[in-house]
Amino acid sequence: MTDVSNDVREFASQEYQYGFSTDLDTDAVPKGLSEDVIRLISAKKHEPDWLLEWRLRAYRHWITLEEPHWQNVHYGPIDYQDIIYYAAPKPKPQLASLDEVDPELRTMFDKLGISLAEQERLSGVAVDAIVDSVSVATTFKRKLADVGVIFCSFSEAVQNHPELVRPYLGSVVPYRDNYFATLNSAVFTDGSFCFIPKGVHCPMELSTYFRINAADTGQFERTLIVAEEGAEVSYLEGCTAPMRDKNQLHAAVVELVALEGARIKYSTVQNWYPGDADGRGGIYNFVTKRGKCAGANSKISWTQVETGSAITWKYPGVILQGDNSVGEFYSVALTANHQQADTGTKMIHIGKNTHSTIVSKAISAGHGQNTYRGLVKTLRSAEGARNHTRCDSLLLGSDSGAHTFPYIEVKHPSAQVEHEASTSKISEDQLFYCRQRGISEEDAVSMIVNGFCREVFKELPMEFAVEAQRLLSVSLEGSVG
Amino acid sequence: MMLKIENLHAQIGDNEILRGVNLEVAAGEVHAIMGPNGSGKSTLANVLAGHEAYGITGTVRFEDEDLLALSPEDRAAAGLFLAFQHPVEIPGVGNLYFLRMAFNSVRRRRGLEELDVMGFLALAQERMKLVEMDRSFMSRSVNEGFSGGEKKRNEILQMTILEPKLAILDETDSGLDIDALRIVAGGVNALRRPDRAMIVITHHQRLLDYIVPDRVHVMAGGRIVRSGDKDLALELEEHGYADLGLEVASDRSASVGATP
Repeated sequence: MTDVSNDVREFASQEYQYGFSTDLDTDAVPKGLSEDVIRLISAKKHEPDWLLEWRLRAYRHWITLEEPHWQNVHYGPIDYQDIIYYAAPKPKPQLASLDEVDPELRTMFDKLGISLAEQERLSGVAVDAIVDSVSVATTFKRKLADVGVIFCSFSEAVQNHPELVRPYLGSVVPYRDNYFATLNSAVFTDGSFCFIPKGVHCPMELSTYFRINAADTGQFERTLIVAEEGAEVSYLEGCTAPMRDKNQLHAAVVELVALEGARIKYSTVQNWYPGDADGRGGIYNFVTKRGKCAGANSKISWTQVETGSAITWKYPGVILQGDNSVGEFYSVALTANHQQADTGTKMIHIGKNTHSTIVSKAISAGHGQNTYRGLVKTLRSAEGARNHTRCDSLLLGSDSGAHTFPYIEVKHPSAQVEHEASTSKISEDQLFYCRQRGISEEDAVSMIVNGFCREVFKELPMEFAVEAQRLLSVSLEGSVG
Repeated sequence: MMLKIENLHAQIGDNEILRGVNLEVAAGEVHAIMGPNGSGKSTLANVLAGHEAYGITGTVRFEDEDLLALSPEDRAAAGLFLAFQHPVEIPGVGNLYFLRMAFNSVRRRRGLEELDVMGFLALAQERMKLVEMDRSFMSRSVNEGFSGGEKKRNEILQMTILEPKLAILDETDSGLDIDALRIVAGGVNALRRPDRAMIVITHHQRLLDYIVPDRVHVMAGGRIVRSGDKDLALELEEHGYADLGLEVASDRSASVGATP
């Protein structure tokens, strides 16, 4: 009885939120989580036995765990038995034209400068433009195949390249890693797989391809990127367009593996629904992202721009195993209204002369709470390891908060670890100066905030840097005065 | 009359800083305002530019408009420019970007067409010559790491680009060596025009050797207590403020912070 009324309520709220109706799903497994559900998911996806075993081991471990509550964020209890863990992919509801799209969403698209064709694609409008993007995607796919790059959905990779998936799956984020990563390991439905063979420099930003082919992000997404010796790739996840999803809990896992001399650049722009002005209904984004510089002279660089979600909880890290390997983390996290973010990185220095750089820019507006939490650890083997950390916080208004929790563990006497932190406010003097020059207060705030983030934006692929700036300005609207 | 100030009072909390300022400035004129520290000179500049920290009474007409009713950005668009005594730094924001943003914001408010990057760059380069600035200034963040003299030159550069009707220069000469002073004054003089007015706030007669004023006013205790032609500045230089019989000492309460 309770279940039914919950269903009704959920269904009703969906209609309200999106302004269009969704057909009831017929091809879904029952609510809740059990070994049977996992077997069913695995069977529906025609998975090999080893993967099913792996999922089950994860599940059996998960049921022994308690949900962690050490993060500096607050939310009500999550009922894990009230989640549907598998639903067959179904097409987005199709709209006849952009006129049917939520006007609020369209205003946002316009402000972000997203082209009409892309607006139509993102909102699921059925038009001929889709045909174009399919042909573009096919061209890209051929170009990638020519150099031996594999880029496909995780499910396809399991079917077609199990010999590449199996040795690396869980090699960076083991299924026992943490509560949410363990849950993901048990129930993940899909994600992306990317393999760049030895010596190959991926001929395009995978963002370009990704944007055209952006599939619905699942609730439990799993991504694995492997760059062999000397290979290079730049990957962009997400987009600046606002993303709404009926699933509140998102627990993704991303694993990156860089072999000797390989370079992986992973950029994220996250703009998921943050909830209404009072913070109701926003997405919980509890993600585990980690890269391993497995070989000498390899490099992994994370760049993230986080403006969405009600709660963000993520620490993209790098395990610096190979000698002379390099790890980088550049982050802009903006929390407005009642958003909460607890984010940062982990740099684990194992190899000799390993270097890491951390630049974190946190902006809190409204009642937003922003926490930087970072771990820099140098093991006994990490002779000559170096880290430089810069953590800057910018506060807008008197109800917002910024918090910094740096953890530093040094086991080798030759290691050098530097940590700089600052907290500032946009000063009245700065605003008056800009306004005296004819710049409105809102434009001045967005200009000052963008200046504050410049060091991170310059790490983004060019076209995304421009979009990210706009996104920040749009996200800040209404937080002034 | 371009600017007409009548019985202007300004206070922060209980502290009254301007106590009835009256001043008229006609187009084409350069007025110098001198006076001891804390006499209210910078406050007058800030109040005219629209700083919101003050409680204000009195009237200010700017080209027959009620200046006090306008926001700071609308005053800028109406043609009022303040060269700040202490220009702020804006980390991460390129100087060229800032200048173009200001220029186009003002153009937009005036209903004029905006200039694109190339068009603006050409304009900026031409104006940079007036204050002897090289291109490297443009790629640096606004005032960040600028020397005192560079900041003041940057203010004058902004003025040459925004082409105001009324420019207020708040102690633009303070902290400048003689070469920088010559450059800054050269930039200011290049902008003197029959349809433009300037109010030059200074401590020192020295600046007025380079920028020769039509009128000189002495402020003390939040009022203009004496006005005259350029010879008044020379008189002040020779005798100091005390000899003018000004009530400087009795107005200590007004001497709180020249900047808000």
